[in-house]
Amino acid sequence: MRTGDRGRSIAVAVASTVLFFGVIAVAVVTSPGWPEVRQAFFSGEQFRESFPTIVDAFWLNVKIFLIAEGVILVTALVIAVLRSLPGPAFFPVRVLAIAYTDLFRGIPTILVIYILGFGAPALQLHGVPNSPLFWGVVSLVLVYSAYVAEVYRAGIESVHPSQEAAARSLGLSRFKSLRFVILPQAVRRVVPPLLNDFIGLQKDSALVALIGPVEAFRQSQIEVAGSFNYTPYLATALLFVLLTIPLARFTDWLIARDRRRSLAGSAA
Amino acid sequence: MRRALLLPLIVLALLAAGCGGGDDEEASTNPGAQTASCEKDQLELVNAGQLTIGTDNPAYPPWFGGEEMKPWKISNPASGEGFESAVAFAVAEELGFDRADVNWTYVPFNKSFAPGPKSFDFDINQISFDVNRAKAVDFSETYYDVNQALVANKGTPIADANSIADLKNAKLGVQIGTTSYRYITENIKPTQQPSVYDTSNDSIAALNARQIEGIVVDLPTAFYIVAAELDNGTIVGQFPNAGGTPEHFGMVFEKGNPLVECVNKALRALKADGTLAQIRQEWLADKASAPVLT
Repeated sequence: MRTGDRGRSIAVAVASTVLFFGVIAVAVVTSPGWPEVRQAFFSGEQFRESFPTIVDAFWLNVKIFLIAEGVILVTALVIAVLRSLPGPAFFPVRVLAIAYTDLFRGIPTILVIYILGFGAPALQLHGVPNSPLFWGVVSLVLVYSAYVAEVYRAGIESVHPSQEAAARSLGLSRFKSLRFVILPQAVRRVVPPLLNDFIGLQKDSALVALIGPVEAFRQSQIEVAGSFNYTPYLATALLFVLLTIPLARFTDWLIARDRRRSLAGSAA
Repeated sequence: MRRALLLPLIVLALLAAGCGGGDDEEASTNPGAQTASCEKDQLELVNAGQLTIGTDNPAYPPWFGGEEMKPWKISNPASGEGFESAVAFAVAEELGFDRADVNWTYVPFNKSFAPGPKSFDFDINQISFDVNRAKAVDFSETYYDVNQALVANKGTPIADANSIADLKNAKLGVQIGTTSYRYITENIKPTQQPSVYDTSNDSIAALNARQIEGIVVDLPTAFYIVAAELDNGTIVGQFPNAGGTPEHFGMVFEKGNPLVECVNKALRALKADGTLAQIRQEWLADKASAPVLT
């Protein structure tokens, strides 16, 4: 592209952006309810007052989703592998895996949290933990393992069957061929959807607040109810977005790197 | 790379210009209507000729009573039974409205202070006055001075508590949106952070599951919980007012609504002629005595 063309392109891009966002901004700012909405949702004073407590509470969300994600990645892999075991001998195992993924993808996460969070401790069985945090994380693990298991299964099935055939013909047992040939390829392929589900889990960590623990969203609810101002919600939203953006860019980088590697040696 | 920086900078500049101005107080939505008359036909109402009162659903006793009537669960605000229902109808009568002209509408708590035009003339829902809250809405004068209380299951260690110091290590729970949470963090200051639940039912489930030891809630509601919702509950005690000034309930109005003054006039009249005290005696008399935890 020649310099003159490039300069013209930049000018056009700037002009169209200014026009586009300018129209939206003007429409919002000149609407009759704007001062009220600005005070209710964008109050700088409320933001400053509530932000520190919300950040404190946010560490609970981080703890929840980090612990949950660790367990989910493992349990989902187990379920996916169980589901892909061939042969009539493994039929009950496959059926169980299918039933699990259907059940926990079907039930809304909120219900699982309520049922386990209040129901399990109420049974008062010996040795069963009482902590709502524990049952909240267990519920998230149960639900998300179902989704992530399907992601893994898609990855496993996308590996060409010739790979397994070659591995078996080299004398590798089924388990070894899974472990050394299929799974490394499968997991690498589905890293972007896995990260996608991880981002979803970060938001769902807020659901644990339903059974008691005060995490970031609940803390912002407390602030909102105390001051009748909605700005704390914005503060929480900002925190979540700040967390999501680096992960999303990281996912993009992974996809680009994967494409580069798989196209390595071919044109460009 | 310079190209990529230019666009966000322009967007930011636009948003800054749009949002500029800092934190000035929002403009009143109803200028110049302060000394309006309180004559019934001159009132500015959401629905002409009718007084539209908002409350949450379910509307719990002892604040609301009467036979359950769809779409209301547990009670019927329009029945006139229950403390807040009785007060609302008494105020409506003072303003010149017949029972038939009073219209009850469902307003979830979170919606009562949302910006924009309200769907009600006033909202009565055990909402405590707070200086910060008064920046977003207008409150009427007090119609009830409220004390917080502690509910627990009988036979648990916390049921023997005699003072706030006994509660230092207790795991307490509250419902979201109540001032009980602030009471706990500012006055009881336990070592464990209190749990917060969406509804009082959830807090009761947690109490029964022994995930919390006690629920902090206003005293009349504590009586209802022990009587109707817990099999084995007890009121451990009530808390003194922090700093001497009682927490109080007020009706919530849209900011700048001239109706506030008319309702305040009505409330003062009801207090002066003893009607308010009579209503309190009828619906809350047996719901006021509990040992004070100091």
